[in-house]
Amino acid sequence: MMRVGVVVFPGTNCDMDTYHALRLVGHDPVYLWHKEHDLKNVDVVILPGGFSYGDYLRAGAIARFSPIMNEIIDFAKKGGYVLGICNGFQILLEAGLLPGAMLPNITNSFICKEVFLEVINNNTLFLKNYKVGEILKMPIAHKEGRYYISKRELEELKENNQIVLKYYGENPNGSLENIAGIINKKGNVMGLMPHPERAVEEILGSTSGLNLFLTLLE
Amino acid sequence: MKKWTVILEIFLKEGIFDPQGKTVKDALHNLGFKEVEEVRIGKVLKIDILGENKEEIISKVKKMSEIFLANPVTEDFVIRVEE
Repeated sequence: MMRVGVVVFPGTNCDMDTYHALRLVGHDPVYLWHKEHDLKNVDVVILPGGFSYGDYLRAGAIARFSPIMNEIIDFAKKGGYVLGICNGFQILLEAGLLPGAMLPNITNSFICKEVFLEVINNNTLFLKNYKVGEILKMPIAHKEGRYYISKRELEELKENNQIVLKYYGENPNGSLENIAGIINKKGNVMGLMPHPERAVEEILGSTSGLNLFLTLLE
Repeated sequence: MKKWTVILEIFLKEGIFDPQGKTVKDALHNLGFKEVEEVRIGKVLKIDILGENKEEIISKVKKMSEIFLANPVTEDFVIRVEE
């Protein structure tokens, strides 16, 4: 079983949901405080959603310089598994661990609703229990989720099969090419705007997120 | 060392859709200001900083903008220094 760490920044608010989802499938996760320099020997780091540093300046821009990010960047560069959900994805983009950037939603508003996603590529630890073409249902809850990347880098993303999740049916925030989730070239770092931790029990309206957390048990 | 005030303006790069600017432009048209062709809304930072000369100040603010204050993927910035 992999040991999972959930990072907490000031303003993070999905840390307990993520912890709960992990416990639900049998993990014994640990919290990692942003001021620490110790990753506590975890195999997987999850940067959960929320509003680190109040989203001041740009979402993720300040959290990206938190002390623990030095260790997380080293960890990721050595092949360690890192998952960023929502604000966590924004932080990974700001840190340069994933390419591109987030812009304010095309609607100029905060969007909180369930969306459908299509699995485009499952060649990463986090999605290997999903099938390519599978349609998932998960909630989104963000104001800066319009994925943007230069034309040249978009071609690179496509060539390297780094686009792993796309919005299906409706593009809620104006993301380029309906992009909802991407991985780095090696596939050990993934970011997604939707919240898998909010889709792990029937009572929440969907269990599409379960497989992601179950995979980490293997 | 002298005290300088720097006005840093940050805007989304040309060609990137700015929904706030578009909404304000539409509102101006509704108010009868049909001449308005485009509105872009950005950020302004006023930074008070100590330094010997203008060149040093510009190079420092440029550095902080490149690594932190502006996102090179989506934003351009302009630095104005006041003594």
